[in-house]
Amino acid sequence: MSVEPDPETAGEGASADGTAAGSGTNPFARSGWGPLYRALRDKAFAYALLFAALSGIAMVFILLAYVAVDAFSLLDPAHSSWVDWQFLTSLPSRTPAEAGFLAPIVGSLLILVVMVFAVFPIGIGAAVYLEEYAPENRITRIVRINIANLAGVPSVVYGLLGLAVFVRGIGFDSGIVLVGGLTVGLLVLPIVIVSSQEALRAVPDSYRQASRGMGASEWQTLRNVTLPQALPGILTGTILALGRAIGETAPLIMIGAATSVFSVPTTLFDSVSAMPMQIYNWRARPQPEFRYGVVAAGVVVLLATMILLNATAILLRNRYQRSDT
Amino acid sequence: MTTSTAIGERSDRERRAGRVVKGVFLACAVLTVLITVGIILTLFRDATTFFAQVPVTDFLTGTEWKPTQLTGDGEYKFGVLPLLSGTILITVVSAVIALPIGLAAALYLSEFASETTRSVLKPALEILAGIPTIVYGYFALVYITPFLSWAGIPVDTFNALSASIVVGVMIIPMVSSISEDALSAVPDDLRQAAYGLGSTKFDTSVRVVVPAAISGIFSSFVLALSRAIGETMAVTVAAGQTPRMLSILNIDQNLLQSSETITAAMVNVAHAEGGGGTPAYYSMFALGLVLFVFTFSLNIGAEVIRDRLREEYR
Repeated sequence: MSVEPDPETAGEGASADGTAAGSGTNPFARSGWGPLYRALRDKAFAYALLFAALSGIAMVFILLAYVAVDAFSLLDPAHSSWVDWQFLTSLPSRTPAEAGFLAPIVGSLLILVVMVFAVFPIGIGAAVYLEEYAPENRITRIVRINIANLAGVPSVVYGLLGLAVFVRGIGFDSGIVLVGGLTVGLLVLPIVIVSSQEALRAVPDSYRQASRGMGASEWQTLRNVTLPQALPGILTGTILALGRAIGETAPLIMIGAATSVFSVPTTLFDSVSAMPMQIYNWRARPQPEFRYGVVAAGVVVLLATMILLNATAILLRNRYQRSDT
Repeated sequence: MTTSTAIGERSDRERRAGRVVKGVFLACAVLTVLITVGIILTLFRDATTFFAQVPVTDFLTGTEWKPTQLTGDGEYKFGVLPLLSGTILITVVSAVIALPIGLAAALYLSEFASETTRSVLKPALEILAGIPTIVYGYFALVYITPFLSWAGIPVDTFNALSASIVVGVMIIPMVSSISEDALSAVPDDLRQAAYGLGSTKFDTSVRVVVPAAISGIFSSFVLALSRAIGETMAVTVAAGQTPRMLSILNIDQNLLQSSETITAAMVNVAHAEGGGGTPAYYSMFALGLVLFVFTFSLNIGAEVIRDRLREEYR
């Protein structure tokens, strides 16, 4: 496919205008500068795109490197690492060196526990109904679109819902573990439903038919065939939802969770803080040791927890990925 | 596909269990609908209480937002305009950052990248989306703002520019992943036809693939805008809490100074108001309603645009 330069369009396309509208000439007209120019332009374009794609990624990785340097005091030999055993096992303090992260770590974990027991079964149940039982009709379609839209509602609005329903409606105290877990749970519910739906959809229909053909009832098929097959996918989705939940701050502020609690919560009705809440509190402290040391340490622990959760999800997915696809 | 009397339903117990289970699952699905209804009812009910105390017109046209501190004339002020303009400012600037970068990344991934590059680049982009927004806010406050000052840009400690930058970075993955889906969905015939006419990869991507996928790309842009409008912690932490009217004449000043968005105002009121029953408390719901209406209509809009794309190739 040799290409000859076309004198008529020479000069056109010298600048990569990048718009589809073009300049009114045939969009497929050959550029007048010959194959070399065209090859170079292709290369330049590819590199420009790659550069753009990398710019955002690079910026975040540089920022993450800064946080790591601050959190582990890599450039300040006078001070030992901010992330240490004392940090992980102490309560909040006014002195940066004594400030600890224990209460928010436990708080975040308790919030996740509430979600796992109170919210995830509902999400998985809704997904099962929509995929396995729901008739294909208008209402089902509306419910599906509604769930997709719920995922796009700002988290701070879920905070308002939690405040109105659980605190003012039911009458729970504001800022307790239970309310925090339920509120953040509502927020990630659409994510759980959508990913569980995908996992169920990935189970081949032949499995269900085989089970039914063997004489199993609908519920037996679901219990013995479909759910076990979909379980790894459902787990992956729910663990990713946990990762999302652990970073949520705004809904917790809306339901009146404390940005700093001075005792470790032990029951569902204790005041709760969470890792991002404590970070929100610390970054407002005037001392630079808080701003650069303690907060960075908190950010490192929060991100490490998230990476741990996400890595678990990815491992699960890889491990159980069906070999027949 | 399943008839009501399957051969295998042996015992009554089993059949009853099946019905109960189905009912339970149905209840779960109904609950998701109730959540939506709950959000809408809650917002409307408490916003109504708010508008009984503060006239709607004052809310929609007021240029001052002072919900918890008495102003000079001994009144609270509930004008939404400064918050709206703060939100618009940060949304627009973050879109200017995120839309081109996100689209470029999508185009690279779908048209140029090798399998290996894809397998590295895609998860790396997903990491950007996974970082909690409070961490982005901290990045902006502690690293980006000092960097901007160092680079000679006269920013205040809290400023809209840093907040916009991190919000932009945060929404890049959303733009790129949805745009990439749209670009990959363009049938290969179109590419082959373009190559057959002697087009290069550049021509094909820019003049054939992108126009063919334009509604999907547009839908990703709309979703990203919705996400930027609803983003909360990054702007609360980095942009500060100074509700300020946007003035076209000195946009640059607006960018360099502290600002407040609708979401940040909600968080700040929630933080200042422990109890309830005050106009400030109810103003959160009025703001929530505004936010919900904006983001919900944008989400629906994106859905409609994407539906149109689906029709085109089937």
